[in-house]
Amino acid sequence: MNASDSDEDIYNERSALVRSESPALPSYIPDSDLTPPSGTPTKRLKAGISRRPGAAAADGGGSDPEVEAEEEELTLKYGAKHVIMLFIPVTLCMVVVVATIKSVSFYMEKTDQQLIYTPFTENTSSVGRRLLNSVLNTIIMISVIVVMTIFLVVLYKYRCYKFIHGWLILSSLMLLFWFSFMYLGEVFRTYNLAMDYPTVGVIIWNFGAVGMICIHWKGPLQLQQAYLILISALMALVFIKYLPEWSAWVILGAISVYDLVAVLSPKGPLRMLVETAQERNEPIFPALIYSSAMVWTVGMASPNETQRSEPDEEVEQSDGRAEPPSRHSRLLPEDEMEEDRGVKLGLGDFIFYSVLVGKAAATGGDWNTTLACFVAILIGLCLTLLLLAIFKKALPALPISITFGLVFYFSTDFLVQPFMDNLAAHQFYI
Amino acid sequence: MTAAVFFGCTFIAFGPAIALFLFTIAREPLRVIFLIAGAFFWLVSLLFSSLVWFISVQISNKESAAQQKGLLIFGVVLSVLLQETFRFAYYKLLKKANEGLLTLSQEETMPISIRQLAYVSGLGFGFMSGAFSVVNILADSAGPGTVGIHGDSQHYFLSSAFMTMAIILLHMFWGVVFFDACEKQRWWAVAAVVISHLLVSCLTFQNPEYVASLVPTYVILFLMGVWAFYSAGGSLKNLKLCLTCKDKDLLLANHRPR
Repeated sequence: MNASDSDEDIYNERSALVRSESPALPSYIPDSDLTPPSGTPTKRLKAGISRRPGAAAADGGGSDPEVEAEEEELTLKYGAKHVIMLFIPVTLCMVVVVATIKSVSFYMEKTDQQLIYTPFTENTSSVGRRLLNSVLNTIIMISVIVVMTIFLVVLYKYRCYKFIHGWLILSSLMLLFWFSFMYLGEVFRTYNLAMDYPTVGVIIWNFGAVGMICIHWKGPLQLQQAYLILISALMALVFIKYLPEWSAWVILGAISVYDLVAVLSPKGPLRMLVETAQERNEPIFPALIYSSAMVWTVGMASPNETQRSEPDEEVEQSDGRAEPPSRHSRLLPEDEMEEDRGVKLGLGDFIFYSVLVGKAAATGGDWNTTLACFVAILIGLCLTLLLLAIFKKALPALPISITFGLVFYFSTDFLVQPFMDNLAAHQFYI
Repeated sequence: MTAAVFFGCTFIAFGPAIALFLFTIAREPLRVIFLIAGAFFWLVSLLFSSLVWFISVQISNKESAAQQKGLLIFGVVLSVLLQETFRFAYYKLLKKANEGLLTLSQEETMPISIRQLAYVSGLGFGFMSGAFSVVNILADSAGPGTVGIHGDSQHYFLSSAFMTMAIILLHMFWGVVFFDACEKQRWWAVAAVVISHLLVSCLTFQNPEYVASLVPTYVILFLMGVWAFYSAGGSLKNLKLCLTCKDKDLLLANHRPR
């Protein structure tokens, strides 16, 4: 689980008065890499939102409706903040992907080389055959993903932690070193910059080593977030390059359906994973989720602080984020005590959002489609977080956003684009 | 066309809007969310109007240029009407959401007032409208080419940028006036907003006679700005106090941060 859940078991005179929730969540999907099946980031949407209206407690135990009212008000305030805390990284990831697609032509070049997970080619003559091939590709890809997820869940259930950690470390090694080396090479090629191998070696070594430390061990929260965004963007770029056109769209649709099923159905692998993690009170692996958490306590006597810092110490080796107790800001004791655990979003969600927007940017030189997909995805994310606040349990982050994204992509590409082109040609404004 | 044209036109078109966003909206998560939701509503309205236009084009005579132009004009008018309809729908949605929140929280004050919502949603509409109108043109302006080589106007980019700026600010003013009029049930004001939007769009039919289209647009922009200022609660006295920085006492008395 995450450290926040273990925190919740600490009861003191304040927390005993109010309930704190920690909804779990996730849409978990291990993605596959180009080469040997090392499963990379899985996804998860997790919201650990807990609020303790100190004012209610300070009243000497307010009545229940008052406590609830306060909580709803705080829910809204914190809800909006959490939405923005996710908007920013998702936007950044999409911006990186779109900027790369538009400038580095490597990622848009048509190549006959395909991933082994999408063996059927789309260079066929008839439309029907092409559609069939893309559906077959999708089936293969989704089954690979399902198998990997189930494998991961089985490993987790039987406590083969070393294997899982090794798998994750291997995949993040590959992303941080090999893919970023390729990316750097393509950027240099695009801008025609001369560079020597020793310099590149030093750059990549530093980048990769710091990344591994930040993601798998401890590091400043913002640096870890930046690295997670970067590796999601790299993964998305790989998908954009190597997935054939129609297969990519069908895969996006199928993945959303799979996400929905895997997270919400009682026997879904992702749901089982989350429940197992919750039972064992452990955080889910680092390098798989993006956490916007800022754990800060305000005021409060020391017993509470030491209690809070202990669980942090315990889980620190498997917890990617570092929250040293010194980060707590102390205010006057009579101020209300608030704790903001932030929201967590799985990396796979980042990847597939960016794949959608990147594909929209890659096909056709049209910015309207890209903008429309971008807004649609953000609104989908907003709605998902709203549902999360209402239902307070694990939710898949893909379906709503991807559905909106796909609807807006196709409708903007086929309907809005001719209209806007005609208007621009005559310089009419609506 | 050079980087100068690209950056110049971008800043002309989006400068005021981005400044407004950075200084008044960026720090408040709730306002940002409603801004993006406003942009989404505009997008949906555009989608529907494009759908209707597309269908009408498919069933029409594609050879006749006059008919195509007529259909385009029809598309523009329909789009304007749909945009205003969606603005009204957004207003209704926000009212309902606000009421729900109010009953839930049992507090006197809402986290965000209807006037702030009017401003933010108007700006959201404006952002999306401006972006859709001008982003492709800006992208083209960064590339190679000669403007007006076939005898068209050479001021295409500049006029597009100025028009876009006007449209964005107009959407914001329309939002403020529209929501205020709906709050006070003044339907003549709502009709005035719709008519002024139609007027601005129809003025652009005269492009490339930019003087005939841009100057009246800016006049309307100024008038709408004044109207929005008054309907948002501004007055000459407020303005004077603000400009001479004497408004701190007034704001303190009303318990509002500067």
